Amino acid sequence: MNHKPMEEARIGVYVCHCGTNIAKTVDVAEVARWVGEQENVVVARDYKFMCSSLGQDLIESDIKERGLTRIVVAACSPHMHEKTFRGACQRAGLNPYMFEMANIREHDSWATDDRAAATQKAKALVEGAVRRVAHHTPLEPLPVEINPNTLVVGGGIAGITTALELANAGYHVYLVEREPSIGGHMAQLDKTFPTLDCSACILTPKMVEVGQHPNITLLSYSEVEKVEGYIGNFTITVRKKARYINEELCTGCGICEEKCPKRVVDHVFEAGLGYRKVVYRPFPQAVPKYPVIDRENCTYFLRGKCRACQIFCPTKAIDFEQEDEIITFQVGNIVLATGYDLFDARRIPQYGYGRLANVFTSMEFERMVNAAGPTGGKIVLRDGVTEPKSVAIIHCVGSRDKNYHEYCSKVCCMYSLKFAHLVHERLPDAEVYNFYIDIRAPGKGYEEFYHRLLHEGTHFIRGRVAEVTDAARQPGEEGKLIVQVEDTLIGKQRRIPVDMVILSAGLEARHDSREVSQLFKMGCDFDGFFVERHPKLDPVATMTEGIFIAGCAQGPKDIPDTVAQGAAAAARVAGLIHLGTVMMEPVRAYIHEELCSGCRICNTLCPYNAIVFHEDRQVSEVITALCQGCGTCVAACPSGVISGAHFTNEQIMSQIEGVLWDVRRNGNGKQPTVNIQQSTANVQQPTVNEP
Amino acid sequence: MKYGYYPGCSLEKNARAYHESALVVAKRLGIEFEETPDWNCCGATEYFAINALAGYALVGRNLALAARQKLNGQGNQLVAPCSACFLNLSKTDHYMAESPELAEKVNSALAAGGLSYEPGSVRVRHLLDVIVDDIGYMTVAEQVRKPLYGLRVAPYYGCLVVRPDYQHIHDEPEYPLCMDGLLKVLGAEVVDYPVKTHCCGGHMTQISEETALEMIRRLLKSAADYRADVIVTLCPMCQLNLDAYQEQVNKHFGADYHIPVLYFTQLMGLAFGASPKEVGIGKEFVDARPALAKIQEEPPQNAKQKRSRPPKGALPMPSMLSHHKGGGQ
Amino acid sequence: MTESFEPVIVGFLCNWCSYRAADLAGTARIHYAPNMRPIRVMCSGRVDPQFVLKALREGADGVMIAGCHPGECHYVNGNIKTLRRYHLLKRMLKQLGVEEERVQLVWASASEGKQLAEAVDRMTEQLRALGPLRWPERVLGEDGRGANGHEAFVSAIEPREEVAA
Repeated sequence: MNHKPMEEARIGVYVCHCGTNIAKTVDVAEVARWVGEQENVVVARDYKFMCSSLGQDLIESDIKERGLTRIVVAACSPHMHEKTFRGACQRAGLNPYMFEMANIREHDSWATDDRAAATQKAKALVEGAVRRVAHHTPLEPLPVEINPNTLVVGGGIAGITTALELANAGYHVYLVEREPSIGGHMAQLDKTFPTLDCSACILTPKMVEVGQHPNITLLSYSEVEKVEGYIGNFTITVRKKARYINEELCTGCGICEEKCPKRVVDHVFEAGLGYRKVVYRPFPQAVPKYPVIDRENCTYFLRGKCRACQIFCPTKAIDFEQEDEIITFQVGNIVLATGYDLFDARRIPQYGYGRLANVFTSMEFERMVNAAGPTGGKIVLRDGVTEPKSVAIIHCVGSRDKNYHEYCSKVCCMYSLKFAHLVHERLPDAEVYNFYIDIRAPGKGYEEFYHRLLHEGTHFIRGRVAEVTDAARQPGEEGKLIVQVEDTLIGKQRRIPVDMVILSAGLEARHDSREVSQLFKMGCDFDGFFVERHPKLDPVATMTEGIFIAGCAQGPKDIPDTVAQGAAAAARVAGLIHLGTVMMEPVRAYIHEELCSGCRICNTLCPYNAIVFHEDRQVSEVITALCQGCGTCVAACPSGVISGAHFTNEQIMSQIEGVLWDVRRNGNGKQPTVNIQQSTANVQQPTVNEP
Repeated sequence: MKYGYYPGCSLEKNARAYHESALVVAKRLGIEFEETPDWNCCGATEYFAINALAGYALVGRNLALAARQKLNGQGNQLVAPCSACFLNLSKTDHYMAESPELAEKVNSALAAGGLSYEPGSVRVRHLLDVIVDDIGYMTVAEQVRKPLYGLRVAPYYGCLVVRPDYQHIHDEPEYPLCMDGLLKVLGAEVVDYPVKTHCCGGHMTQISEETALEMIRRLLKSAADYRADVIVTLCPMCQLNLDAYQEQVNKHFGADYHIPVLYFTQLMGLAFGASPKEVGIGKEFVDARPALAKIQEEPPQNAKQKRSRPPKGALPMPSMLSHHKGGGQ
Repeated sequence: MTESFEPVIVGFLCNWCSYRAADLAGTARIHYAPNMRPIRVMCSGRVDPQFVLKALREGADGVMIAGCHPGECHYVNGNIKTLRRYHLLKRMLKQLGVEEERVQLVWASASEGKQLAEAVDRMTEQLRALGPLRWPERVLGEDGRGANGHEAFVSAIEPREEVAA
C-alpha cells in the first residue's frame, strides 16, 4: 500500500467564524491557536467569512507564499462549500483533492449552546481533518462523455413533456411506454381543474407531435428489461411486446376492432367502467394508431378459431405469429416518468366498492363524465339508465389515513370539487355532498374554484366517513346508499342517504416501483415514490448520476406541476448533453492486483457489477467507469488490498485518531495506556498485517 | 393439535348449544381440547367498568391457570369460543405486556392464590380463528357430508371479536370475511350482511331496553332485507340478544321477524352430518327447523344463472379482485 | 472532569443520508449532545468493522454507524451489507465483554435530522449510565494480550501488537 511520508505535509488550517454562526458558540481563536501547535500545521488562522473572496484569497496567498501542500477549512458542511474551497486550492496551483473540510457549524456550533463542549468538539473535528488531509493524494476528476440520446420511461404527460422538450432542442429521445398508447392518466380525464379545459383537447396535439417527431423513437407496448452502464453511457434493453399487428402494413383504419366479436371489461383505460374489444386501441386518438391483440382473451389464441380480424383486415396486417422483439440501444441520460397507480378502493371494504353497485371510484366517474366514455358523458347509476338525485363524494380515500397512506395525495380535493361542479352542471336538480377532512386548494385559481363550488350549492360536510352501507334503518333510507359520518363542525353523527357514491381515491406509487427503482439502481422511499436528490433544490435529479425523475413517480402532483417537472428534467438532461463531458468525483475503488488473493468476495458485493474476475490471472479488477465509489468492497476485502480513493483506510484511520485526540492523550478520566501510545507509530497500515 | 379450552360461563348455561356443537366439530376436525382446570368468570363487559384492576386480576387468574397446562410443549394456546371471554383474555395479556406496572399489580393479586402470570406466555385464540387459520377451509371441506345447499345465511361477527384487534388475527377488522368463507365451504349461500360487525346491544337490554331493542331491530331488519334464512353468530351474547329478544322486537315495533340465530359450529356440525340434536338445535327460542328444512340435496343452479345477467346497457360491476395492471402510464 | 463522565462517541455517517441528516439537525438548530464526533464515509457499507474497533481502542466510549434506511441506500444496498457486518461485530464485541449499547447502528434519511439528534442523545445517555469503556483494562488485560480468556480475539483484532513487540 502506498505509504506517504508525513514530512512533506505542510498544512494550512483556516477556522471560519461564519459571522457569529460559529464564533458565538465555538472559541474560534482558541481552536486556531491550538491547531497551530499540531504536527505538520504550518499556518493556522481564524477569519470572519472564509467563503468570501477575501477568505479564499487568504488560502490562495498562503499556498503560494508559505508553500502549503494541504488545506483544512473548518467551517460549514462540505455539502455547502467544499467545491468553493477546492476551487481556491486549484487556483493557487494545488490539487483540489489536497483539501479537507471540518464541519464545525451544522455539526457543532448550531447543535449546542455549550461553549466549552463545542470548542472541544471543534478541536476534535479539526484535528481529524488535519490528520486525514496529511494522507490525501492528488486526484483527477474522471471525465465522462455524454451520449446525446436520452431514454424517457413513461408516456404520460410528464414523459411526453420531457420527450418533446428534448426533441425540440434537437436531441434524440427513446420514449418507452408500457401500454399500447401514450397519454397516460391524463388521456382518461374529462375536464381539468380549475379551468375546466378538456383534457383530450390539450393533450392530443402533444401526443400527435410525439408520434410524428423525427427526433423521437416511440416504443409503445414495450418495457425496459435491462439497464447497464452509467451516466453518459447507458445500454438499454427493451422488450417490445408482440402486438400481433404488422405496423408496416397497418393503416389504423379500425376495421379489425369493429369486426372482433368479443368484448371484455377494460380495466385500464376505462377503469373497469366500460368494455373494449379483444383487438383494440385504448381510445380513438391513440398514438401510435396501431391496435394490439389482447392475447389472453383472444378467441384465436384460446381456441385456434375465429380470425375475424385477419379475414376483414384490408391490408393483411394481422400477424398471429409475431413475437416479442428485444431492442438494444445506447443513451446518455434517463428520465423516469412512470406515473402513479390509483389507490385500490377495495382495500377499504367499509366503503363498499365492489359490493355496492352504485359506489364508483374517481377514475370510473372520470370516464363516466367523459363524452367519449362508456356512458357518453351521462351521469347514471350502475344500471346504465337511472340518473342519481343525490351524489356523495368522499375525499381522502386511502390518503391521510395511517392504515393506508399517511400522505395527502394533493389532487383529490381539487378533482372532487370538479366532480361536484360537473354533477351540478349535468344534473342541476341533484344534491351533491362533499365529505372532506380539510379542503386543500393551494394553486393558481384553486381557492377561487372552491369558492365557486360553495356558491353552486354543494353541501360540504367535514368529517371522515365511517361507512357506506345499504342497511337502511329508516323508511327514507330504503333503497339508498347511506353515508355514515361524524359531522365534526356540528359534533353530530349523521346518516345521509344518497343514490351514488364517488370515492376520491388517492394516488400511490406504481405497484412495481420498487422493482423499477432496482432496475435503474436508484432510490425509492417508504411509500414507493422515487427519491429526488434534494427535496427542494434538486427535485428532478436522483442520487444516481444521469437518472432523472418527473411527474407522479416522484410523488403525487397535479398536471401543472407534472409538466413543470417534465420540462425541468429535460432542461437538466439538455444541459449535460450540451456540456458533452461531465467530470465525476474520482472517489473510486482500486484493487492492488499483485496483492489480490482472488477470493472473489468483493465480486458479488458490488451493487454495480463493477468488479470483474480475471480467470487467467486469478485476480479481481474494478472497472473504474462502472464503480460508484461506495467503498463496500474496500471494507470487505479480507486482505485489505482494495483502496477507495479519497476514503482510504489510512485517511479514515488517521481521522479516527484525530477526532479522539483528547481522550488519547489527556485521558478525560481514562488512563492512557502503553499499547495505545505504541499504536500511534503504526497507524498507517491498519488492515495489512505485514510480517 | 392440542389446545387449552376456556368455555366461559355462557357456554355452560345459555350457550350450551355452542359448547356441544363446538366439541362435535372439534372432534371431527381433530382438534383436541383440554379444559383449563378451575377456571373462573372472565368478568364479562361490566367488571372492568366497575373495578379495572379486579377485572384484570380475575382474567389474570385464568391466564395463569392456562399457562400451567403444558400442552404440546410449544407454548400454550387457549381457545375461547365466547367473544367476550376472548376479548378479555387477550386484552389482559396485551395490557400486562404493555404495562409492567399492571403486570406487577395483577401478579401480586395472583400471589395470594399461589399463582403468577408472565404476559405473552399464553396465546389467546378465538375458536373461529383456530378453525379458519390452523385447520383451514380445505380440511373443513373434506368433512362436509351434508352440504347446506339453498340455505341463505347472514354471517354476523359482532363487535367484540374484531375490535380492537390485539392479536392481529383478522384479515379486515372493519369488514371481516373469514366466516363468510367458512360458511361457503359448507355449501351455504352467504349474503353480504352489511351490519356484520355492528353491536347487538350487549347488556344494554338491562340498562335501556329501548336502545337495545332498536339495535337488535337493525340487525334483524338487515338480515330480513337480504332474505337470510338464518343469522350465524360466534358470540353467546349476540345469539342471546337476537334470539331471545326477537319476539319483544316484534311486539315493540309491530314487526314480524322469524329469523333463527345459530352458532357457526352448529351449522358446521350439521354439514358434517351430525344430527340436529347433537349440535344443540332446538335450544333456540326462534325455531330453526323451518329454516333448516330449506336445505336442499343439490346445489342451486338456476338461482345463480338468473343473477349473472345484468340489464342491457348496464355498466360492468367492479370485480372484487384487484386489477394491478396499472392504468396507462 | 472526573465528577461527571461525558462519553465520547465516534459517528460514521454516510454521505447521502445520515451526514445530511446531521447537517439538517444543525440547520434546524436542533440541540443535542455534543458527544458524537462525526466522520464522513460515502456509504455505511464503507464502515470496516476495524474502524469501529480502532475507535474503541483509541479511547471512544461508543461508536454510532448511521446509514440510509434499508431500501433507500444511495448505493442500492450498501446499508444491508452494513447490517450484516454489524450483527457479526456485535457478537464479537459481546464476547469481548463490550456492552451492547456501545456500538449502535442507526438509520436516518436526509430529512430525519430530528431522529438522528434523538439517537445521539439517547446513546449519550446510555453511555453516561454505562461509564467509560476502558478498552485496555477490559479487553487487553494487564499484559496487553487479552483479558478474561479472549487472547485469540485480541491477537486477531490487535495485529499491531505483534509489530510493535
